[in-house]
This record gives sequence, structure tokens and C-alpha cells, in this order.
Amino acid sequence: MLYEFIGNRSSKVTNVIEKGAVLKFAKAIGETHPMYIDENYAKNSSISNLLVPATFPVTLDYGTIPGLTLPSVGLIHGEQSFHYHRPLVVGDVVECYREVKDYMEKEAKSGTLGMLTFTDYGEDEQGELIFENERVIILTETVRKELSY
Amino acid sequence: MSNLKSLSINDVVEPIELEPVNRLDLIKYAGASDDYNPIHTIDREAEKAGLPGIIAHGMWTMGNLSRLFSQHIEEGYIEDYRVRFTGMVFLDDVLTLQGKLVDREDSLLIFDVNVAKQDGQKVIQGQVSFRLWE
Repeated sequence: MLYEFIGNRSSKVTNVIEKGAVLKFAKAIGETHPMYIDENYAKNSSISNLLVPATFPVTLDYGTIPGLTLPSVGLIHGEQSFHYHRPLVVGDVVECYREVKDYMEKEAKSGTLGMLTFTDYGEDEQGELIFENERVIILTETVRKELSY
Repeated sequence: MSNLKSLSINDVVEPIELEPVNRLDLIKYAGASDDYNPIHTIDREAEKAGLPGIIAHGMWTMGNLSRLFSQHIEEGYIEDYRVRFTGMVFLDDVLTLQGKLVDREDSLLIFDVNVAKQDGQKVIQGQVSFRLWE
């Protein structure tokens, strides 16, 4: 049962916020502000680094929750949040890990829906949180039945 | 362009209307985000999943929505950004990004934000809390 995974965490994975990855991501969401895409402009700003779009952390590696495998298709992304303790910039080294925050089921017309909440954490090298982001995934009855949990 | 600091409650952020959604937008986002779920890029896979056609990644739309604050990004940063995905985005949809100041607590400005389709349907609804530099 998915309930059993609540509170489980992945091991930390070191991620480096790379300029190329950020530029590609920024362009893919249509970003045109020079703080995100023009290194010279950003270097001369008060932050003195290229900024990272708020939603970029979805691309980082958070490791895997032992024993938990979800299908790559058929999942519905219901909700998403990002919470920052400071802005993320190019060059940051981030220790990332993921936690199963919650799981619940509710009855809908289409059957029983599962709602799985993950929290993704990013810490700096001193162990201070930079961000904590939440994602709610909806598992339809069909998807839930395919899982062996 | 006014700055965020000078906004009053119920003032809106300058809205942004996107070009009609095209397949290349979604292919680029798939590559940049490493999200290759084929319902976002391949018609047959979308149809197999019971959809009338490919749909945009929710995160592509959410990423675009954050751009409402880009022109103000030297005034502070997005401290909190949370949304619910409330509708699907198909090819050729025309999306408008909108935001309105609903509250402020000292240096924290709280905006209701949404993405609306050409027929007014909201596909994303949420909130951005923008922290001004002191």
C-alpha cells in the first residue's frame, strides 16, 4: 500500500546548477529577462549571478525512494508549489532529496483516486534549506490497480 | 513600467498573451525539463491515453506564468509559488497570464495568478508571494 511510504526519503544527491541547463530551461519557458539569460548583465547586477527560473528545480535529481516505482505514463499532476528561502542562482551546489509527504484516497465518479504528495528539498553545502517544493500526483483507479502496492 | 512596491491591493500585473501553443514549444520543454512523457509530444500516444490530442506539460504552463514577475525580478524574488492545474492545454490554444495583488505584509506581496484560455477557462490557478529586497 502506498500509505506505507509516507515519511520515506531518498538519499541525498548533489546537483550543480549549470548555466547551460538553466539557459535552455529559461528559453523553453519563453524567458527573455537578461537576469536569466544574459551572463554579463547578471554579473553586473546586485545578485552578480544568473538567476534560475522559479520552476527550474523540477529538472534536478532527487534520488529515488527505495521500493517506490510509479508508471511513467497515466499520472496526473494535480498541484505544484515552490518555496524559496533565498533565490537559486547559477553555480549553486544543491543537495537534493525527496520525501513522500502524504498519501490519501478519495472516491470520485471514475473510481477511487489516489493523491500522492512528494516534497523535494534542496539544501546548500552547509545544510541550510534553499527550497522545499511540493508536487501532488493523482493516480486514477486504472493506474492504482496496475501498481503492485 | 511601474514597480511592484508601488502597487495597491487589486492592482494587476501587466498581463502577457502567449503565441498559440505549438508542438515545438512542447518538444523544447520536454528536452529542457527531461520530461518525455509522450502525451506531450506524440499524437498517437496522447490518443492512446484517451486525449483528443497532445497536451502541454502543466509545468511548461506554470513556468511561463512565472514570467509575469520577470520584469520585476531585480526588486526581489519569488518566495512562494503554488498552483493547482485545473484544465488541459492543447495545440493552438492562446493563453493569457494574469496576476493581481491581493494582500501585502511588509515586504511580502501576495498575488492571485492564473492562466486563462481563449474561451476564459482557467487552466492554472494559484498564488505567488513576492519578497521585496529590504
